[in-house]
Amino acid sequence: MRLDLRGPDQLRIPTIVAGLAVLGAGVALTALAAGGPLGVLAWFPILAGLVVAARGTGADRAFRWTAIAAAGIVLLVLGVIALVMIDRASPVLGKMGLAFFTSSRWSAPDAVYGALPFIWGTLYTAAIAVVLSVPISLGVALFITQVAPRWLKKPMVYLIDLLAVVPSVVFGLWGVLVLSHHFGLGRSFLTAGIILGIMITPIITSLAREVIETTPASDKEAALALGCTRWEMITATVLPHSKGGLVGAVMLGLGRAMGETIAAALVIGSALGQITLDPFAPGNSMPAVIANEWGEADDMHKSALIALAVTLFVITIAVNLIATTIVQRSMRRSRGA
Amino acid sequence: MNRTLVVGALAAVSLLGCKKKDDASATGALAATLDASGATFQKAFQEVAIEEFTATHKQVTINYGAGGSGKGRQDFADKIVDFACTDAPYKPEDAGKVKGGAFLYIPNVLGAITLSYNLDSDKLQLSPDVIAKIFQREITRWNDPAIAADNPGVTLPDLAIVVAHRSDGSGTTENFTRYLSLAAPTTWKLKSGSTVEWSADTQAGNGNGGVAQIVKSTKGAIGYVDLSDAKASGLKYAAVKNQAGKYIAPSVEATTAAGEGIEVQPDLLFSALNAKGDAAYPITAQSWCLVYEKQTDKAKGEAVKAYFKYMLTDGQKLLPEIDFAPLPKSIQDKALTQLEKVQVPAS
Repeated sequence: MRLDLRGPDQLRIPTIVAGLAVLGAGVALTALAAGGPLGVLAWFPILAGLVVAARGTGADRAFRWTAIAAAGIVLLVLGVIALVMIDRASPVLGKMGLAFFTSSRWSAPDAVYGALPFIWGTLYTAAIAVVLSVPISLGVALFITQVAPRWLKKPMVYLIDLLAVVPSVVFGLWGVLVLSHHFGLGRSFLTAGIILGIMITPIITSLAREVIETTPASDKEAALALGCTRWEMITATVLPHSKGGLVGAVMLGLGRAMGETIAAALVIGSALGQITLDPFAPGNSMPAVIANEWGEADDMHKSALIALAVTLFVITIAVNLIATTIVQRSMRRSRGA
Repeated sequence: MNRTLVVGALAAVSLLGCKKKDDASATGALAATLDASGATFQKAFQEVAIEEFTATHKQVTINYGAGGSGKGRQDFADKIVDFACTDAPYKPEDAGKVKGGAFLYIPNVLGAITLSYNLDSDKLQLSPDVIAKIFQREITRWNDPAIAADNPGVTLPDLAIVVAHRSDGSGTTENFTRYLSLAAPTTWKLKSGSTVEWSADTQAGNGNGGVAQIVKSTKGAIGYVDLSDAKASGLKYAAVKNQAGKYIAPSVEATTAAGEGIEVQPDLLFSALNAKGDAAYPITAQSWCLVYEKQTDKAKGEAVKAYFKYMLTDGQKLLPEIDFAPLPKSIQDKALTQLEKVQVPAS
């Protein structure tokens, strides 16, 4: 059955204003992203559509178009960013071909750019971060939701959220001063991994806590009523119920760890060509290389750095897709059970 | 004495200027805000020079953003700054892309890049080949016979050498590696650039300060650090064998001496690296400021010209205090003549 959602007339003006505001933001963003006024052209059809809709049959259709426009902006901006980046990266990709991703020599004076060690560094440090962070994050989340007394719950949540808003450069400097110098870890994959692990802990904790909180009380009570201990209740009801969400939380943390720039640049060691499992070796990651080398880079070098950014972009998207797939599959399974 | 009078006169003029704007411009008081960006190498100099210059020209504001030589050249080419400073000239293919047309290179600073080390020995002498081998990790211990050959009568310890270099792209790296390509052409294989292919068993620090920090905290470390940062961090630095075969320690005098023997092109481009002359410190870097020949704004044009003139004259006297070296007289005169080419519109 179709509901008539058309509201009274006074609703229409705020809706149109909101629509135009969204549209304006979209035009500005697109123009900025395209690096010129040409991007604006793409918006004329939608503008026309919006005007017609708003004038035509009322607030409902105006809202519909506004929503479509808002959704379109996100895709368009993403698309334009990707296009511009790929365009700027094309000189080095044309020159190096696939070797950009598979070779490991990075030499600006020779204009030879192989990104494999940096891809390795990004994945390796992010993996260290996740391995260190996940047990702690899940532990904290379970503590807050299942174990902590009520009076401790609120301050704990508040503190964890506070950790999430500390600027990354603060973590980086702390890493240099305390981990590198005081504890003598030097600048290495491990130092970077530890810092990244600390940085993603609050994110994973927050998300995990919210996911765990959605476990129906009836499930938990049923488990307890059957004589489960608290630990058995958690493994029998809470964890299976929140598996998909927890994987999603970890993947979001992983994404953040891979993209982290300043903290990694400060502690990873900036060594070239390192593809090794030795956690104490200095290395480099894609965002750290971009941050370190951009300032004085010449044209081909800049193109290579942008190609690194594109690679990072693609890998992050891939990680997110994998996360989504895992979440969906586990949800289907738990629904089927 | 003379300077105080000038300052007083200018102050009086600018006071008058507050009342009647036309009077001020007629008598030449400067009033403009200049934006500039470029080399971190001369950041310390720009800071003191701007402070002194604007103390006497109270209506002039100069903002120098030290984002690196490459950024300076880019900003200047895009015409988003009024002047820029750089440690290296444009590449020939990029010079044509500069939006504001003809421009001038005005040299203003010479500075030594030291080889700072952390050893008990207060004396260390190095020749270019040995430096190249140390930074390529071909010599890895301090008691290597090649180092001993440079240091007769000094016993160096059986200690591993830790090489420290820049993690960020840098004009200092570019000048240091270019020096090695010039002075040790057969030994040095990493070429030159703002970043080069350092071996993985070396340490990287951010900025001159970061390298200085590694050297200071690591026994047996050696790194390239500009003289002012090396002094500020209390580091020891090596005497380097110059073209004349003399071992010269970095100092303000030895840096200016490096400037004296060099050939300067008509566009005032030159390289002070590996300079001839008995007293010249060979790892001497130079820096320029860029200015457009045709200024488009009267107030800004006058202010830029006056500031450049100040940097080349009284400003040079500030350099030794911050451990940079003034230009030798010959280059200073050429730069002042070059500056006369800057045209400021009449209105």
